[in-house]
Amino acid sequence: MLRIEQLSLALPYYPRFWRRRFATHLDQLSFSVTAGSVHAVVGASGAGKSLLAHAIMGLLPKDAQLSGSCFFKQTLLDEPRKRALRGRELALIPQSLSALDPLARSQHQVNWAARRAGLPPSPARQAASQALAHYQLDERARRAYPHELSGGMARRVLTAMAHVAQASLVIADEPTIGLDPAQRSRVLDALAALALQGKAVMLITHDLRHALSIADRVTVMREGRCVESADASAFQGTGQMLESAYARALWQALPDNAFNVDTEYAEESRFA
Amino acid sequence: MALDVRLALATLRRLLRLGLILLCVASVSFGLMMASPVDPVDAYLGPLVAQVSPEQRELIASRWGFDDPAPVQFGRWLQQLASGNLGVSHVYNQPVGEVISQRFTRSIALLGSAWLLSLLLGFTLGVVAGAKERSALDKLISAYAYLTASTPTFWLALLGVLLFSVYLGWAPACCAGPVGVPSQDIHLATRLHHLVLPVATLTLLGTASITLHTRARMVALMRSDIARHAFAQGARRADIAWRHGVRHASLPALTLALASLGELFGGSILIEQVFAYPGLGQATVEAGLRSDVPLLLGIALFTTLFVSIGNTLADSLYHMVDPRMRRPSKPRQTTP
Repeated sequence: MLRIEQLSLALPYYPRFWRRRFATHLDQLSFSVTAGSVHAVVGASGAGKSLLAHAIMGLLPKDAQLSGSCFFKQTLLDEPRKRALRGRELALIPQSLSALDPLARSQHQVNWAARRAGLPPSPARQAASQALAHYQLDERARRAYPHELSGGMARRVLTAMAHVAQASLVIADEPTIGLDPAQRSRVLDALAALALQGKAVMLITHDLRHALSIADRVTVMREGRCVESADASAFQGTGQMLESAYARALWQALPDNAFNVDTEYAEESRFA
Repeated sequence: MALDVRLALATLRRLLRLGLILLCVASVSFGLMMASPVDPVDAYLGPLVAQVSPEQRELIASRWGFDDPAPVQFGRWLQQLASGNLGVSHVYNQPVGEVISQRFTRSIALLGSAWLLSLLLGFTLGVVAGAKERSALDKLISAYAYLTASTPTFWLALLGVLLFSVYLGWAPACCAGPVGVPSQDIHLATRLHHLVLPVATLTLLGTASITLHTRARMVALMRSDIARHAFAQGARRADIAWRHGVRHASLPALTLALASLGELFGGSILIEQVFAYPGLGQATVEAGLRSDVPLLLGIALFTTLFVSIGNTLADSLYHMVDPRMRRPSKPRQTTP
């Protein structure tokens, strides 16, 4: 569904007021996401996971330098095609709840997402109410403003907004952050259900353990590089099936496993 | 039930506060008038002052109560006010209430239309400019807004009179109607014709600050997570400006427009002077220059009342536009 080849991203920064330099945030990233599966992208904060999502959606600032190529359904995904496909074929569940407009009711926001996906007014209303029902948002939640929703409900509104377009690639950026276990498994189940419908789901998270509960493949990222892409089944035992030391260290650092912090990666593992 | 009681208490508190503000404004204005070097009797007599003997002056002063100490005068005024009497203006030889209501009906046509136009125009320009930061349109609108924001009202009014009235002859140079025609005989079209230039001048200037504030809010919105999320849904810039921008930008625009009612009064004083428009602003200048204490106090009270009504309105409109400021009507649902 989505193939990323040698994707590199540099963003400008200003060490002095008049001088502009570029810092590399993504470095020669390659992996592919197949239809009907959940692909987890795991890494510590600052590994470039959210930037990767924004790069695929074409949401980067104008002065970003992007090289390498993405292919969506075997066709090159360039900037005009990203603009044409986002909201229709590509959907993003954003990381922050501040992505919801605090001045609009949730049903309107889902409705707008449907309209933006190209649906005419009345089918859009229908699709919106179906999506809201699908994520068990009742009448009160539909008429509520974002500040009246709980964290889990707001997440489900965001998921409904991505779902309403029936996009074939769904990128979920840290969808479980700040949720209690029950809410978290609810959100993860919803993503797994999308994959069962034949969609490609890219799950961006810093939490390897929860990603593994639904992921089919896992890409481990570190400082903008792809450390390793492996099947989720490789994360077992002592991690002997993993190729890179970093991925193995990440796996062993989990509380369920050795809870063993390799000193070499101590800094990263603490956040991972 | 509890809500009604709370509402009544809140209203009562507001009214009490308003009363205190009015009292403060009245006493400060009165104090300033007492400190003013203009002698009301001299101002009243004008050129006749040379023909009046000191005894006659004494008589006028004692008839009007000017020989009493200031606190006694103020107390007398307060007493009258309590019975609903604002006193008599000696400049216009009319009860103050009548002068204010006459003048205000003329001023409100000028002020109201200028206010409404500058709100609508400023808001639209701000939304359009802020929707795409640093676009050619944004630069043009911003340049215009900065230019007009730094232009003095009276100067622009003078230029307007020079250009449109003197050189081009499109608009009348003064007054609310043709000179020498009784007020009730003036046709509506003629009235409007006389309003065009002052309204245009006031609008042009009022637009600037609303444009700039609306634009700033729009720019912040277009950089926010909300806009990025909308872009991710495939929205165009115009869609985001329309669905999200208008809601978000209306908060600062409303606050500014309603809070600037006072400034508008100030601006109207200058504009009415330049255009010789017989409105409340002109009456204020007359009252000040000729030491007409009852009229000036009346106008000060009226203006204060007007401005605080504007602020109260802003408060309640804010609650309507921004749901976060409302009291939760139902208990918040904690479990999903």
